[in-house]
Amino acid sequence: MGRLSAAVARVARPLSLALALSAWGVGCERLDLAALEDGEWLPGGETTNTRLLGGNAFITPAANLESDTRDQFFLGDSFFDQAWVEAPGGTAARDGLGPLFNARACSGCHARDGRAPGPDGDDVLGALVRLSIGPDGLPEPTYGGQLQDLAVADVPSEGRVVVTWEEAPGTYGDGMSYSLRRPTISIDELPHGPFADDVRMSLRVAPQMVGLGLLEAILEADLDARVDPDDADGDGISGVRAVVVDSETGQLATGRFGWKAEQPRVITQSAGAFAGDLGVTSRLVPADDCTPVQADCLDAPNGGDPELEEHLLQAVAIYAATLAVPVRRDWDEDEVLRGKLLFGQSGCDACHTPSYVTGESAVDELEGQLIWPYTDLLLHDMGEELSDDRPLPHADGSEWKTPPLWSLGLIPGVNLHDHLLHDGRARGVAEAILWHGGEGQEARDAFVELAAEDRDALVRFVESL
Amino acid sequence: MKKLALPLAAAALAGCPGAPLDSLGENYAAIVVASYEDSIAAATDMDAAIDGFLGAPDAAGLTAAKDAWLDAREPYLQTEVYRFYDGPIDALPDEVEGLLNAWPMDENYIDYVDGDLPGAFSGIVNDASVTIDADTLAGLNGEGGDGNVATGYHALEFLLWGQDMSATGPGERSFEDYTTLENADRRGDYLAVTSDLLITHLNQVADQWADGAAYRTEWDGLDGIDALERILTGMIVLSGFETGGERARAALLSGDQEDEHSCFSDNTHRDMVQDVVGVLNVWEGVYTRTDGSTVTGTGVYDVVAAQNQELADTVDARVRESVTLAEAIQAPFDQEIAPGNAAGNARVQAFVDSLFEQESVLFDVFTEFGLTIELEE
Repeated sequence: MGRLSAAVARVARPLSLALALSAWGVGCERLDLAALEDGEWLPGGETTNTRLLGGNAFITPAANLESDTRDQFFLGDSFFDQAWVEAPGGTAARDGLGPLFNARACSGCHARDGRAPGPDGDDVLGALVRLSIGPDGLPEPTYGGQLQDLAVADVPSEGRVVVTWEEAPGTYGDGMSYSLRRPTISIDELPHGPFADDVRMSLRVAPQMVGLGLLEAILEADLDARVDPDDADGDGISGVRAVVVDSETGQLATGRFGWKAEQPRVITQSAGAFAGDLGVTSRLVPADDCTPVQADCLDAPNGGDPELEEHLLQAVAIYAATLAVPVRRDWDEDEVLRGKLLFGQSGCDACHTPSYVTGESAVDELEGQLIWPYTDLLLHDMGEELSDDRPLPHADGSEWKTPPLWSLGLIPGVNLHDHLLHDGRARGVAEAILWHGGEGQEARDAFVELAAEDRDALVRFVESL
Repeated sequence: MKKLALPLAAAALAGCPGAPLDSLGENYAAIVVASYEDSIAAATDMDAAIDGFLGAPDAAGLTAAKDAWLDAREPYLQTEVYRFYDGPIDALPDEVEGLLNAWPMDENYIDYVDGDLPGAFSGIVNDASVTIDADTLAGLNGEGGDGNVATGYHALEFLLWGQDMSATGPGERSFEDYTTLENADRRGDYLAVTSDLLITHLNQVADQWADGAAYRTEWDGLDGIDALERILTGMIVLSGFETGGERARAALLSGDQEDEHSCFSDNTHRDMVQDVVGVLNVWEGVYTRTDGSTVTGTGVYDVVAAQNQELADTVDARVRESVTLAEAIQAPFDQEIAPGNAAGNARVQAFVDSLFEQESVLFDVFTEFGLTIELEE
């Protein structure tokens, strides 16, 4: 969002607040609170889950699904949730795991359709390490583009990943201290010798699954409106679209999914994860991730050609597209509305764009919804501190996609942790903000200078989304 | 103003001495305790049958062990309605449910499968580098995510029946797998250890429901409305999402012969029946124990009827209809879902439709008591 429109938006808020308050018959205006906007408590519009929260907050289908779509949801759910087995298995539709894999089921990492905590020591389930060489992000020649730390019988896994954390202290403007932790990745037990000398690694955790089809249905024009590659408006923020190849059409498309927006659509993201993370091939990714050096991997039995039958790929994609975003909590409390005001005043909404009306979707029920994801889906330079120093054709090491903020506050209830960012380094919303650099530096600095109660209000607002 | 709807009626009820809501949690806990006791007793009987079989493996002993497994499933399946509200069975981080009942099985993670050549059998049984003991097997169960099944009912099922490669019957594992086939001793060890572990894990859950245990104490301290919320959550998710959606509808849509919950034994039809009987138990507040005696008290029905008799009658009819439709499903389930079996497909679909309707009317109960987040217009 440019400076001009941001300013207009900030002026506009007290006006709409006054209107809203008078509509409710409230007698006094509160200039320290943001307006409650129509529908903002339903982040997924008519698809919003208003029924189950707690540990099951992320598992429900979009509330407005027709029965045919709901059928596909459940079929997809069963193949997302249940384990894949090594070929040949008695459950023929579910065999084809590996040869190399990171997990046996999608739900192994996205437990309860939620977010993985990030690794600790050699407990890395839910995270994976991307590998590449050179400035163009080519796959590591021996181990490929992703390290799979598990393998079927008679095939060596690609090694053991150990992640350790190092703490670094810092101080808020009011003198209160904090500590941030940074991961160190080490990989040993490499079966085919060492990595190439110039190998680059990037640690990634599995995010929560809700609302993905709605993000896919955001109009391209709405994303374009926020693109500003040369920072023409001089606001210090230069979002760019990730331009990637769509594995189904072969055409260039806007990346929307993955920490670096590597995939344009839910179905391509799903097929990529099936192949890369589970070792399950599909029409869109027909080959397992074995390099020419990995003879055992190439010779291992497979579970069909492809292993994921086409109608099941479609079903899993519909499942992943239609998991409902949960209703907000406490959206009309004063502290939350104060946090909302501070969120805007600190400039967070320059990239975490609050709302859209969705356009066309492969799933009719997702169309025309007023949604509140708080993302622009664009790539931004987030500074050296967050850089993985691993350039890709479409994104530099320091560039990351703005992740949606909806549902973050429910992760502790679903997955018993509050870890955020691509590698799970941030413990809670405040630490995630403190890691922002580059284009996010100004907003981060504004947060650091807030009074403690204002920081709490801003965090509480984000947790209410 | 958009607010959480207040459970006004429920609050009024809770303030009334002797109201059903006040005794709901207590009877529910009594049913939970009794049904886990029955599950443990049946698992213990099965363990004895398995030990007897392994002592002198023969066809009769294997049959006896399989029969004991089938018997052990009956009370356990009725406990599945205690899942989904982060109670003792599935609360993180232990998530004991995955150790007990995870599915599907990666058969060749455990033992040889169709097509393996003698001398090159797959699985832990045939990998001398893996020690077969309780710690090792329980530890392996977690590797690679929720579904990596090394333990539990379905591991035992596979070790007793073997892969089901038959269109008409269950798996046909021979008792000679435990006498002359390679690694027979290790296979026997795996079976014995897994059977012991099942009892350990069942006790781990049951212990948390015992008087004085931390979870039970928390449960006993809940307001009636909060107990109702947990109870209904289990009923709703097991009815629609788990049984109707994930197990029955998904199997029907995939049409895969072995895409069924108890595929080695062809016992899936009983899974369906006992899961919905578990919902009925909690609904009416009555559990019929393995020995025929009953645990009786306040059920969800009583709570709903005290507030809205019409809704109570609707749910009551629906829950009973689902049990009837489950019982109408014919064994083996894999043939009921086979493409081309129109009558079987229709029986499963009728069951699915009933469960989705059951989910919907149970949500109406949620709403009746203000447990859904209601948004005023």
